[in-house]
Amino acid sequence: MSAPVLAQEAVPARPGGTWRVALRRLLRRRSAIAGGVIVLLFTVVALAAPLLTPYEPGSAEWAGKITPSSVPGPGPGHLLGLDSFGSDLFTQLVYGARQSLVIGITATGLGLLVGALVGLLAGGLGGWVDTLAMRVTDVMLSIPALLLAVSVAAVMGRSPVAVMIAIAAAQVPVFARLLRGSMLAQRGLDYVVAARSVGVPTSRIVFGQMLPNSVGPVIVQATLVLATATIEVAALSFLGLGQADPTVAEWGRMLVKAQARLESAPHLALLPGACIAVTALGFTLVGEALREVLDPKTTR
Amino acid sequence: MIAFVARRLALVVPVLFGLSLLLFVWLRLLPGDPARALLGERATQEGIDRVNHLYGFDRSLPEQFLLFLERLARGDLGSSIRTGQSVVGSFFERFPATVELAVAGLGLAIVVGIPLGYFAARRKGGPLDHLSVGASLLGVVVPVFFLAYLLKYVFAIRLGWLPTAGRQDVRLDATHPTGLYVLDGVLTGEWDAAWDALLHLILPAMALGAIPLAIIVRITRASVLEVMNEDFVRTARAKGLTRAVIRRRHVMRNALLPVSTTIGLQAGALLAGAVLTETVFALNGVGEFLFTAVNHLDYPVLQGFVLFIAVIYAVVNLLVDVSYAVIDPRARQR
Amino acid sequence: MSPTTTRVRRLIAVAGATGLALAITSCSSERGTRQASAGGEKTGTFVFAAASEPVALDPAFVADSESTRVANQIFEGLVSIKPGTAEPAPGLATSWSQTDDGLSYTFQLRKDVKFSDGTPFDAEAVCFNFERWYNWNGPLQAENISNLYQLVFAGFKTSDNPALTKGIYKGCAAQGDAVTITLTRPYGSLIPALAISSFAMQSPTALKQYKADDPGASGDVRRNEYSTAHPTGTGPYLFESWEKGQRLTLRANPTYWGGKPKIDKIVVRIIPDGTARLQALQSGEIDGYDLVAPADVQGLSGAGFQVLPREPLNILYLGMNQADPLLADIRVRKAIAHALDKQAIVSQTLPAGTKPAEQFIPPPVNGYADSVATYDYDPAKAKKLLEEAGAVGKTVTFNYPTGTSRPYMPSPEDTFVAIRTQLEAVGLKVNAVPEKWSPEYLERIKAKTDHGLYLLGGTGIMNSADTFLGIFFGRKTVEWGFEDKKLFESVAAARSARNLAEQGEKYATVSKELMDLLPGIPVAHPVPSLALSPRITGYVTSPLAAEVWNTLEIKG
Repeated sequence: MSAPVLAQEAVPARPGGTWRVALRRLLRRRSAIAGGVIVLLFTVVALAAPLLTPYEPGSAEWAGKITPSSVPGPGPGHLLGLDSFGSDLFTQLVYGARQSLVIGITATGLGLLVGALVGLLAGGLGGWVDTLAMRVTDVMLSIPALLLAVSVAAVMGRSPVAVMIAIAAAQVPVFARLLRGSMLAQRGLDYVVAARSVGVPTSRIVFGQMLPNSVGPVIVQATLVLATATIEVAALSFLGLGQADPTVAEWGRMLVKAQARLESAPHLALLPGACIAVTALGFTLVGEALREVLDPKTTR
Repeated sequence: MIAFVARRLALVVPVLFGLSLLLFVWLRLLPGDPARALLGERATQEGIDRVNHLYGFDRSLPEQFLLFLERLARGDLGSSIRTGQSVVGSFFERFPATVELAVAGLGLAIVVGIPLGYFAARRKGGPLDHLSVGASLLGVVVPVFFLAYLLKYVFAIRLGWLPTAGRQDVRLDATHPTGLYVLDGVLTGEWDAAWDALLHLILPAMALGAIPLAIIVRITRASVLEVMNEDFVRTARAKGLTRAVIRRRHVMRNALLPVSTTIGLQAGALLAGAVLTETVFALNGVGEFLFTAVNHLDYPVLQGFVLFIAVIYAVVNLLVDVSYAVIDPRARQR
Repeated sequence: MSPTTTRVRRLIAVAGATGLALAITSCSSERGTRQASAGGEKTGTFVFAAASEPVALDPAFVADSESTRVANQIFEGLVSIKPGTAEPAPGLATSWSQTDDGLSYTFQLRKDVKFSDGTPFDAEAVCFNFERWYNWNGPLQAENISNLYQLVFAGFKTSDNPALTKGIYKGCAAQGDAVTITLTRPYGSLIPALAISSFAMQSPTALKQYKADDPGASGDVRRNEYSTAHPTGTGPYLFESWEKGQRLTLRANPTYWGGKPKIDKIVVRIIPDGTARLQALQSGEIDGYDLVAPADVQGLSGAGFQVLPREPLNILYLGMNQADPLLADIRVRKAIAHALDKQAIVSQTLPAGTKPAEQFIPPPVNGYADSVATYDYDPAKAKKLLEEAGAVGKTVTFNYPTGTSRPYMPSPEDTFVAIRTQLEAVGLKVNAVPEKWSPEYLERIKAKTDHGLYLLGGTGIMNSADTFLGIFFGRKTVEWGFEDKKLFESVAAARSARNLAEQGEKYATVSKELMDLLPGIPVAHPVPSLALSPRITGYVTSPLAAEVWNTLEIKG
């Protein structure tokens, strides 16, 4: 499961006015607005989780009402009924948003940080650093992203941190390539050549000029990664490599656990599945729209 | 042309060497003792030590790596510590299942994706366009294994139209000269066996094909849109060529270029998706075996299978590059 | 370059990947040897879904349940198991006797029995098998290869490992239709042990012809020619073919001494995913599978499928590692015992029909004590005991495995959640440590000292307390974290009792002692069950899961 859509490399956004224009164009797209609403809703739910439900996540308080073959459905006190451990399903779903947000943001941030570092070094310095960095990313890209994540998760054990690192690891080469491509594209541009000719130090050219001009594609990719992260968490859980605590409020974990009761209580699987899909949809829509808007070629 | 291919091949070798080193170190970092995984809950410490000695896990890492390379040079990837099967052997026992699945998944994605993308572009903004873009988004945002379960639940359990698991009804007792069951049925003339194998492939192919389908639809759509605005299309129109001729000769031919690249890239990524799909549909392929190996910490199998997958990935990418170079001579310079 | 050539070349390139794959696979796959019956014989075939592929078909080298399930159809031992029970019964030996010192056993052999290769089953063949095991050497002495032989016979003729030179086997003597096995020291469980499939009788001719003890081309004795293509025994079914990774086929033995089985053919196919097994049964693609998930039992029987429970010959316990200072205090261990509502754990997380456990061995096993100290569910008493020990509000580590389902522990995560809730109710804090079953979790429990409470158990491989108390409490282990020489000596004495009756008495005493020492809390004997299509009749379950499928019939 590689990132389904990669942001195109090397599309420098012109700073300043471009952003305002981009925002205006963004707001003209219905799909972008739909995506934005989903993302906003998701963020609000994640942040305000404790206000939305009176219960604690993962409490298993009503374990006594559970038997191997039956789970109480919606009823008074429990909007959506209980999950298979005896926690309130609605509470689990609400706190699941929080988990997804935390994992998504951290994984993206980590992947971006390491990837950017590698990409900047490679693109900014060139020479053997570039060659080495690109060979390493070649190796990493030669393993399908999910397998990469699986190996990392297997090494790190089963913890939230491991899941984040596993997802981030698969993104490192992508971000590295992206930034390097962007750097290379700009190296020949007039303003860089000009800056260099008047003796501006390399570090200042890289951080002061080239980096800010690469932000566009990076933002696009980051948004798309937020979508894939939600899905990959679920895939890792399915392969038995996600978070280990069974009662943790995490959609992927809930979805996998519910497979065992697909017959008697399909809603236990359908609800977290829908949450994953809708959230991923929101981020994908926003990411796609951003890309089209920031890409001067798609002015149609 | 030959020089180009040789250059590309030369690049593959260091990548694979780097990969095997990386894999080797990586796997040894895995927590836990493989002998423990092997012997289970009744194991004694002495028993574990002896097994570790037998499989060389008690030697130093560089020593183990050298041994691994030496065997690799002979084409021997060792054997599974869990079952004793040779890694190369078990890979090829299971590879046909994965190939069949991947070809079916990708085939479905191509056959449905290209026309859908094309017609969406022709009627940009129309209902078909919205539908195909929407559907292709869905393919990307639903986790593969969940989609697989849903498909199975609806079409196999509720409606009972298609089988739930496996590659063929074992009661048919079909012969399998190639291991690709559909092809086998055709080759041996056992049409009912071929048909049965095909029915077994439909749901897994849909699950696995969802992501490539989504991507192919979008790339085709975007690229057709782009080509339709190009100068040469306008010229052709000005020349008075019929729409059909323009579409066939000019638009489709040029628009399919980026699509074929995408297809090549997806072929590699499919192998990863196969891990999930094969598990849900019990297809006994490479992916499912890899998953079992992860769970049992079967070093030789993990190492060998990931290496195999990387080789296939590299070969497919190479073929894509070569086909690109054939089409576009400028690419050979890079 | 003309557009046409471009298109053609592009096609070639795209087809390249597929072609390559085809080429690779077609040269590696085995060619089918049989003529296929077009149309397919639908009746008379019993399709069983295994959770994983059998490791090997030479039963001497395997202990996993999928391999032994197949071996039980092809092979038979001197001793068999009375259908539906765990009791030893006549097998290839019609009767046996032992001397009072427990050092010599004489078996009367069944007459006119032939191996499936046509060679006679006789006293020489029996001795050949015993000598084969005893003479194993080198890599064959690894615990993953000859696990069960080492467990029962404790050693070989020669070994680099001094611990493996003190076996109990002394010799085998053939006298006409009888065979006498002599031992170096008594072993009370020899008769039930000989019913284990690893000690089934195999054809000496086939063993020699196909070099059963030779690693062969694959470098592993379990994957040699004999073990993968020529397993030869006396059982009701014959090996037919094994399409590796896909399916394994057995055919009825027309000359079986007990009469030809009513089912012509057995196909074992591999479906690792539990939900997929369930669905394949529901849609009629398979006729049966083992270890039904507790959540599915009701749905399946409601829909007309047979869910056959096995009498449980297993134990699920909550271990309490005494290397943890908190758990070293007997008052804390007793408090935890009183805090557990076993009945609730059973009804919330274990299969229907499961009984709470009172001892570390299940009731049908020789050595189950008449009465032992019990610890009833009593939260008030638990709180009081914790207060006395000054342990109220203390945090206890609780290890449990994830991603596994064992016959004795179908859903450890659910069981953990249920127990955690009960512990918290009496004022303990729980620090949950979940780990992947294999190898992390097993390593944590078996090789590291930093575990606290933990879930584990075992399934009996024979009707003997040896496979429970003998394995759990035979010596000091990291798992339990306590040293008790007296206890270990009584276990050793019980093991080498001269006969079954004496052994039963001795193990009953051990079991009693254990419940006073309370190293852990026996939780339950979960009922494992097997699901079958309604068209199959005549299936008799065995507590040892050692069912032989010659009694099966297919309706319609």
